[in-house]
Amino acid sequence: MSNGSLWEYANPVKFMRLSGQVLPWVAGLAAACVVGGLFWGFFLTPDDFRQGSTVKIIFLHVPAALVAINAWVMMLVASLVWLIRRHHVAALAAKAAAPVGAVMTVIGLFTGAVWGQPMWGTWWVWDPRLTAFLILFLFYLGYIALWSAIEDAETAADLTAVLCLVGTVFAVLSRYAAFFWSQGLHQGASLSLQPGTRMDWAYKAPLYVCMAGFTLLFLALLLAGTRTEIRARRSRALMIRERMAA
Amino acid sequence: MELAVSDLTCARGGVPLLEGVRFTLPAGAALVLRGPNGCGKTTLLRTIAGLQPQLSGTIDCPPDAITYAGHADGLKAVLTVAENLAFWAAIHGTPGIDAALEAMNLTDLAARQAQHLSAGQKRRLGLARLLVTGRPIWLLDEPTVSLDTASVALFGSVARTHLARGGTALMASHIDLGLNEARVLDLTSYRAAPRLPQGFDEAFA
Amino acid sequence: MIALLLRDLRLAFRAGGGFGLGLGFFLVLAVLVPLGVGSDPRTLALIAPGILWIGALLACLLSLDRMFALDHEDGSLDLLATAPIPLEGVVAVKALAHWLTTGLPLVLMAPLLGVLLNLPGAAYGWLIMSLLLGTPALSVIGAFGAALTVGLKRGGLLLSILVLPLYIPTLIYGAEVVIRGAQGLDTTTPLLLLAGITAGSAAILPFAAALALRVNLR
Repeated sequence: MSNGSLWEYANPVKFMRLSGQVLPWVAGLAAACVVGGLFWGFFLTPDDFRQGSTVKIIFLHVPAALVAINAWVMMLVASLVWLIRRHHVAALAAKAAAPVGAVMTVIGLFTGAVWGQPMWGTWWVWDPRLTAFLILFLFYLGYIALWSAIEDAETAADLTAVLCLVGTVFAVLSRYAAFFWSQGLHQGASLSLQPGTRMDWAYKAPLYVCMAGFTLLFLALLLAGTRTEIRARRSRALMIRERMAA
Repeated sequence: MELAVSDLTCARGGVPLLEGVRFTLPAGAALVLRGPNGCGKTTLLRTIAGLQPQLSGTIDCPPDAITYAGHADGLKAVLTVAENLAFWAAIHGTPGIDAALEAMNLTDLAARQAQHLSAGQKRRLGLARLLVTGRPIWLLDEPTVSLDTASVALFGSVARTHLARGGTALMASHIDLGLNEARVLDLTSYRAAPRLPQGFDEAFA
Repeated sequence: MIALLLRDLRLAFRAGGGFGLGLGFFLVLAVLVPLGVGSDPRTLALIAPGILWIGALLACLLSLDRMFALDHEDGSLDLLATAPIPLEGVVAVKALAHWLTTGLPLVLMAPLLGVLLNLPGAAYGWLIMSLLLGTPALSVIGAFGAALTVGLKRGGLLLSILVLPLYIPTLIYGAEVVIRGAQGLDTTTPLLLLAGITAGSAAILPFAAALALRVNLR
């Protein structure tokens, strides 16, 4: 491992030391942003003239969706790092990110349903955005299932990494296929740069705080999860050493 | 056709079993691996065959020279003896299976389905596959399991012919094939010292 | 390579090879659907393209776990891995054999089941065309899933969880071709996209599957 490079932190010992120092700050900042952002968003913003107070679920919905997608992107990058540079922390970080991403997908879907009920008069529509999100959840499930099915840690890391690469391609294909399959009810991306439907700053500011909060929350859960995985590996290594010494 | 192994360390399930294994097999030579169960004979053979990566060390041999015969014979139950053998001959691009059938005394069974063979007959068919691969370096994992005395002698003579033609054989076996010229390598002396497991867990101790 | 293809075909057609099971499943499904949703011809005509495509997809899935698992059990996979043909070629040939013994018969039987499901007359050509273009992708994607799960006991259920999401784009475009065909609309776009998925899968996935097989063999 070259000195002074980013890859140093792929060393589990260094990773544990650094992440142990950083984790409380990240977790604290995440809690502050999430609580503060949600409070600001829920209680200190005006009702929308068309959507009423239901619009405020956006402060949960959009950040969760953001993290759900970016968690998969992070898993893709970590899988590539594992396959190419064989850094164990990367494989374990990908493993730790999957459940967080899956839960965020569920939150995104659930809040979407709660929002959709008063807006569209139904809990669920096969709208392309919703469908693509549901499909993303299926990919998370498959990835998690493969990790838990394989006993040998290195084999599991290799196979899930390959699945993540192939899965990414097919998830993107599925997204475009879903958009081809049905044009939907879902409004355009909430923060789109197209003029006309731009959001007011009164909403945007707390939304940005919530998005930062959810991203930090993901980071905190990711660090904690990776640390747990590393500890599990370490205890296994110690057990093997004891068995061999005996 | 020479097989040279130097400073080879190989592992099973991330735990190193053997380290510093070194030997050279010149054309026409045979080497018998000895050692108690679980000492890493199969792991060593699979590593040399290229089925699993070594942790360190080098394996020098010409490309596409090795054929491996493990515990399982790779037979398809519903194919006949001749069909099974002809498949492997076609995969390796070698002509004819008659000589191999003859050599392993299978000619009379050629039309019988593999599922109706006895264990010893299946084994003979699995060993006949070695002949149709046309490859010079044989890696044999307990080749004589379930063979009777006559069949062991038969395979001994087949192996001797193979060596006489410049082939080599590396085998893990407890039974004397009657190959007097074969050297014996006791793997107990290469046993890896108890230490931290390599691979996935190595970085975590 | 041809020897491997011939062997796999021969194994499929011999007793116990499982040839025809997928077809039987496809037929049973086509019988069960009207029993479940009612016999109204208009309803059936409406859902027939989707049912036929989902039926073909599930029938394909049935035989996937045998693709490498049997060779792994009897040791052939080890021997194939040390044979002079590349493992990527082994995967491609085995996927082709799977398509010839499962996908192609499904394509040929689908029009008959279309009659049972009251598929509109204009759609038959598109049904055959879309299945012909799409089922090879199902076999190749399935080969990748089978390679991932080859070392696992009871890998069958996991295999379906892994493979079915990968089937989504193929299913969407395939069924869309038939739906548009039934309505007399232009089918060029979904047909091209379907062909693109098949071509892309066949080009890339054998490499991913061979990588997974090597990991599982060591």
